[in-house]
Amino acid sequence: MRIRYFAWLRQRVGCSEEEVELPAEVRTVGDLKRWLGSRHPRFAEACAAIGVVKAAVDHEFADDDRPLAGAREVAFFPPVTGG
Amino acid sequence: MTVRVVETPFDPSAELAAFCRGRTDVGAIASFIGLVRDEHGGERILAMTLEHYPGMTERQLARIEAEARARWPLFDVLVIHRVGRMLPGEPIVLVATASAHRAAALEACAFLIDWLKTKAPFWKLEETPAGARWVEARASDEEAAARWER
Repeated sequence: MRIRYFAWLRQRVGCSEEEVELPAEVRTVGDLKRWLGSRHPRFAEACAAIGVVKAAVDHEFADDDRPLAGAREVAFFPPVTGG
Repeated sequence: MTVRVVETPFDPSAELAAFCRGRTDVGAIASFIGLVRDEHGGERILAMTLEHYPGMTERQLARIEAEARARWPLFDVLVIHRVGRMLPGEPIVLVATASAHRAAALEACAFLIDWLKTKAPFWKLEETPAGARWVEARASDEEAAARWER
């Protein structure tokens, strides 16, 4: 699965994307956040602040309970600030 | 329908002149142009860089546009959003709507920019004399978008 990071989250984690093999117990976006947090302490720090880290699964906004089955790409980013 | 993400400066006047050119059924065109300001929170802004999520951006903009068309009788919609580094005074975003009458055009235009600001994956990085900083999302933008929820 491809993981992508944007804006200041990309800078905190130190990479814009990575390919990962998920353990079977990582089934939802919330599981993935915790699992990635164990690899990237600064990602875990950001996730600890409620509402700061948003997620998208295959280009659709996703909550923590969104299942990952069949997903190809998951992105994490701060609240959007365009326009 | 046109939704474009562009990496180079664009000319809102030329875009608006071309929008709906040749049609005779359009009675109202409303537009919004967002520009880079040279000041934010008391600090001078030297430049602004817009990052986005290619693929998701286009999908979300198309979805927002489809929602506008479902709510108002629109003849056409134009959304252009710049990405990359830009200077104060340069346009960031242009939203235009065309309808038979003003209410639909004006409301749909306000809806589009309100939803774009909270639902399209763009992030602003400001360059100030003290260094670069990421712009924080504003609660007032969420409130503006929420007034269109139903």
